[in-house]
Amino acid sequence: MTAEGVTDRLPRLLTLVPWLLARPGVPVADAAAEFGITESQLRRDLELLWMCGLPGYGPGDLVDLSFEGDTVTVVYDAGLSRPLRMSGPEAATLAVALRALADAPGVADTDAVQRALAKIEQASGQATDGPVEDAVAVGLGRAPGNAAAEAAVRDGVARHRALRLTYYSASRDAVGRRDVDPMRLLLVDGSTYLEAWCRRAEGVRMFRLDRVDDAEVLDEPSSPPSTATPREVPADAAGLLTPDGRQQLAALRLAPAARWVAEYYPMEDVVADDDGGARVQMRYGDRAWMVRLLLGLGEHVEVLWPAELAAARADRAAEALGAYGS
Amino acid sequence: MPPPTARAERLVNLVLALLSTRQFLTAERIRTTVAGYEEARTDEAFYRMFERDKAELRELGVPLETGKQSVFDTVDGYRIARGDYELAAIDLAPDEATAVALAARLWDSPQLAGAARTAVTKLRAAGVEVDPAAASEVQPRVRTTEPAFAPLLAAARAGRVVTFTHRSHPAADPRTRTVEPWGVVSYRGRWYLVGHDRDRDDVRCFRLSRIADDVTAVGSRGAVTRPEGVDLLDLVARSAGPPPATGTARVRLVPGRAAGLRRAGRPDPQGDPDVVELDLSRIETLARWIAGHGPDALVLEPPELRAAVIDTLRAARDADAGAPAAELAR
Repeated sequence: MTAEGVTDRLPRLLTLVPWLLARPGVPVADAAAEFGITESQLRRDLELLWMCGLPGYGPGDLVDLSFEGDTVTVVYDAGLSRPLRMSGPEAATLAVALRALADAPGVADTDAVQRALAKIEQASGQATDGPVEDAVAVGLGRAPGNAAAEAAVRDGVARHRALRLTYYSASRDAVGRRDVDPMRLLLVDGSTYLEAWCRRAEGVRMFRLDRVDDAEVLDEPSSPPSTATPREVPADAAGLLTPDGRQQLAALRLAPAARWVAEYYPMEDVVADDDGGARVQMRYGDRAWMVRLLLGLGEHVEVLWPAELAAARADRAAEALGAYGS
Repeated sequence: MPPPTARAERLVNLVLALLSTRQFLTAERIRTTVAGYEEARTDEAFYRMFERDKAELRELGVPLETGKQSVFDTVDGYRIARGDYELAAIDLAPDEATAVALAARLWDSPQLAGAARTAVTKLRAAGVEVDPAAASEVQPRVRTTEPAFAPLLAAARAGRVVTFTHRSHPAADPRTRTVEPWGVVSYRGRWYLVGHDRDRDDVRCFRLSRIADDVTAVGSRGAVTRPEGVDLLDLVARSAGPPPATGTARVRLVPGRAAGLRRAGRPDPQGDPDVVELDLSRIETLARWIAGHGPDALVLEPPELRAAVIDTLRAARDADAGAPAAELAR
């Protein structure tokens, strides 16, 4: 047995008694799972608690437990009937997370989140002295999308119903209608995404909730094909957009002023230049999208190859200048 | 030194004894009545043991009260007021319990996820049914992949000054910073350190992704105190968020094109269905976006935005004059 620190074990021991008290006859395995320890660790905790009690330490002063089969029941709690109040960091991690959820479009019922937050803050009110409380904060800072559409999407996900979305696709810069079979809601990098089987594309797609202009819950179950599997939740939003190998590749030279592009979009390859710029290889799915990006970057990006991408940008720029009469 | 099991047992006994008494118990009384302290053979050994135990309980958040039982007492005694120790009564409706379960799943950093987990276990120990797996179709996650996160959070919580290497932007030279950390903030999916930059003697926000893996806490605990009334999130939002709009742009869109600009804009007050109004804060940023649409979006006003878009388009037209040569060199 490796000696576990008292700092981890003591709070567990103090919580264990009231937890068991609230669940007479609970399987030892369930208790071990709740506290994230092995069954033998839990049995050692119970053996220790059995030795503890009130001064005098007579038979009626000690914590008393009864075992039946693989279950355990607290017979006498020696005064540990309620858990210790939450510590500052414990209360803060819940409160900060609840505030973030309240701010996240579509992830949770905002009203329920606010009520839960008020109750948690009240229950832990006496624990919030000291500097720990707000050492962490989370803000999503997104403009709210269409609240009715978000509510419909959440409803479709919760009740496993198909959805009809009116969706703005940033890559195609167009709004279109599609029917989808919802799978999950993901909150990644501060944005909420609906992961769903897109019936038109016949594939699993991510739909950013603030780009859903309208959503209708259809009167049919969500039934993604069995081959549609949820994706590993990516490390960041760029991971959601990681293009697959079928897409086109371009080599660009980014001036220092456009270096942010290499942080913002997933890159195949980045070689830093001495002047603070970089040479990168970047995949893209839609050429019109890529031309829009390149046009906006002006002199700060050079297309090294392919030549037809460079030509498309130059043609498009010339056409626009013609429209301005310049 | 006694084995850790003995110490855990002694601490549980100490908590039980101090919870069960209304009177303040002196250290001497605790030594003779609470099981475990008999192991201390000398006065010195006992007091060292007892000081460590008190520190352990306080670290855990156990509210140890000190006071004298009567005016005749010469030394302080100890007790734990049950009302301060116990988690206050809390009753969560099912939808509130689901919200708490989701909140506890938000974190992926071990420090924060661990605290959220023990918080939920305390609620469950108080009889509040929070199902950790509730609403499994929702996956909220605030990722913390930056190596600087854990040491910065620990330093902010301990109130210790930190030094680290930082680049102000990806192409900038690395510099050593000395900062009094006030907290770490996730804003729009990115983590920032907020604090007082000692070198520049001012409040600063640092993107964690631009802080190197060399965060070092220097100086003593509690040396840093955050000024009263500081709103970390607000500081980051003002430093990293979009600047406030200072004007309005009018843009003509080709019918059926430039849906993104159309969604972001407001309808034309003069009723033209193909004109939108957009908030203008940084000319450069808006010019980049509009220029990207080429002939599909033409700026009507203001003239300086129109000029910036035309400049960007000219530059884009001429930027790849040398491209065919580069193509050959591929």
